[in-house]
Amino acid sequence: MSPENYLHLAALLFTIGACGVLVRRNAIVVFMCVELMLNAGNLALVAFSRMHGNLDGQIMAFFVMVVAAAEVVVGLAIIVMLYRSRHSASVDDASLMKL
Amino acid sequence: MESLIGLLLAPPLLGAAVLLLGGRRLDRVGHWIGTALAATSFAVAVVLFADLLGRDAGDRTLTQHLYSWIPVGGFQADIAFRLDQLSMTFVLLITSVGTLIHLYSVGYMEHDERRRRFFGYLNLFLAAMLLLVLADNYLLLYVGWEGVGLASFLLIGFWQHKPSAATAAKKAFVVNRVGDIGLAIAILVMFTTFGTFAFGEVLPAAAEGGATETTMTLIGLMLLLAACGKSAQVPLQSWLGDAMEGPTPVSALIHAATMVTAGVYLIVRSGAIFEAAPDAQTAVIVVGAVTLIFGAIVGCAKDDIKKALAGSTMSQIGYMMLAAGLGPIGFVFAIMHLVTHGFFKAGLFLGAGSVMHGMNDEVDMRRYGGLRRYMPVTFVTFGLGYLAIIGFPYLSGFFSKDEIIYAAFGRGGAQGWILGGVTLLGAGLTAYYMTRIMILTFFGEKRWQPDAAGNEPHPHESPRTMTIPMIVLAVGSVFAGFLFNLNHAFVDWLSPVTGIAEGDSPVSHLTVSIAATTVMLIGVAIAWLQYGRRPVPDHAPTGRWVTRAARRDLLQDDFNHAAFVLPGNYLTRGLVYVDHKLVDGVVNGTAAAFGGLSGRLRRVQNGYARSYAVSMFGGAALLIAVTLLMRAV
Repeated sequence: MSPENYLHLAALLFTIGACGVLVRRNAIVVFMCVELMLNAGNLALVAFSRMHGNLDGQIMAFFVMVVAAAEVVVGLAIIVMLYRSRHSASVDDASLMKL
Repeated sequence: MESLIGLLLAPPLLGAAVLLLGGRRLDRVGHWIGTALAATSFAVAVVLFADLLGRDAGDRTLTQHLYSWIPVGGFQADIAFRLDQLSMTFVLLITSVGTLIHLYSVGYMEHDERRRRFFGYLNLFLAAMLLLVLADNYLLLYVGWEGVGLASFLLIGFWQHKPSAATAAKKAFVVNRVGDIGLAIAILVMFTTFGTFAFGEVLPAAAEGGATETTMTLIGLMLLLAACGKSAQVPLQSWLGDAMEGPTPVSALIHAATMVTAGVYLIVRSGAIFEAAPDAQTAVIVVGAVTLIFGAIVGCAKDDIKKALAGSTMSQIGYMMLAAGLGPIGFVFAIMHLVTHGFFKAGLFLGAGSVMHGMNDEVDMRRYGGLRRYMPVTFVTFGLGYLAIIGFPYLSGFFSKDEIIYAAFGRGGAQGWILGGVTLLGAGLTAYYMTRIMILTFFGEKRWQPDAAGNEPHPHESPRTMTIPMIVLAVGSVFAGFLFNLNHAFVDWLSPVTGIAEGDSPVSHLTVSIAATTVMLIGVAIAWLQYGRRPVPDHAPTGRWVTRAARRDLLQDDFNHAAFVLPGNYLTRGLVYVDHKLVDGVVNGTAAAFGGLSGRLRRVQNGYARSYAVSMFGGAALLIAVTLLMRAV
């Protein structure tokens, strides 16, 4: 199977994630979509690693995973706090940061 | 003896400081302090004069170097004095007439509660004027020049509660400023050309042709502009008539006898420069001749006694300018006329002041009449001044004016005839307007009426402090010319400084004298026919167009208004319009554009995280697209 198919899949997953971030209001779902985008990136990195026959891409993917794990910790905490204070997990309800 | 020169200046300077800073506790003695200090200056002047007379003619220049004012590299400005025959003549005139007028003011200003301040200003004027004539370089002369301008401003506007006096002071100051710019430019050009300001270096360099004729002409014309401003010569004459708003002693001292002659001093002192610039010299002559007639015509039409005398002053200074423009033929006689004029014109003004003093400050001559019976001393002294100014034979004006007329003929050729004719015509006009003043004031029926408040004036002779100076000046007016002409005393005295040349006159001295006397008699006769033979109406008849124009100072103010004020107004209005519409328009437009734009951009900041995400994605997509596109190209 040609590695290009993995790239197509990665692009598809990334697009689905991006669309999810843009259209969904629930913070948890938005968060999941962000994860989806990150992992689409990871998939692309691994695919490239395979295509070029070295391990650079895979190492990069590990980094992304670590960063994503850290992000999950912080992000979920923020969402929980947001829910506690506003009784809503909708990202559109938290629109105070404007002029 | 040199060290005495500074002592000439010190008393009035001290007086000004003491009187102006001393405050009210000096109110009771201030006027006597001022007078005594002026007299001290005069005494020092006499001592110095005696010393100069005791020396050889070639050795009569004293210099005193007080200190270096601004020594910077090649730039050397000194506080240094130079006393030679020319400055000595001025110093004697200034201090003697100045002292007499201080004395006169004691009586004249008696009822003025600001008399102390008045004397402070008078002393300030004396100090500045002495500095002007004693300076040994142009820069120091400029200091004195500005000083007398300041004193003149303060004294014209002394009664500043009258709006007319305040305006007149401003006018004099502004018009003088135009002339002062001329002097400043002349000094700057002089420094760039010769690298120095000192008379002792600039004038010999000018005489030896140290600069091109164009440069010399420029310097000469700028000096002439300065002289025009200070001496009220056409085209900067408009301030002198209004300057009569000041107290009469001021008009006598500053605006008749001394300050207004500073222009003549400047021209005569810079004689070498004008000798090297014939065009500038011709300009001086033209200015003198035009002003001579201009002032005389104005003097003929005015009903205000002081303004008529002011017209006469302009005219007489026109004579001096003309003579000074003639070069060495006329220098000595310009100064001689200046001195005799200082005496008789100061005397005439003091007489006018005395008349006003007795007439509740009425200045309209049509409200005088028959005053000779009420003010005998004023009448006699004014009469002697009158005879002197019209050039009655063997009085001082006769000698000095005839010499100028003779020198004018001495210009030679057609110019000589024209200038001679103009000066003779001026002599006739002088006789006419002075006779008119004399008859209107002292002869005929009394024409005064109660003023608006119902107070009828009770003409009376003035106090002795006022009459004594008038008597002294009258004596001077009678004998000065005769003494000056005794053995050519004045010519011999002054010619080592100014030089002397015989003109190439087509007519003899005797012919000139006869012609001048005849013209004078004609002028007197016409005035008598008009004013002496029939009663004078107490309101001026409308008169012909020339009379009406002359009453308005030959439209000088209308001309200045049309030529300078209106265009200036239009220019500023135009500039304001451009400023409002164009400059402000661009600035405001830019600000409004950015304001509107940011108003639009602000809507992007809506607080929705997803909307920010759209812009991030959009931006990232754009960047990638651009990168790909660039790579493809």
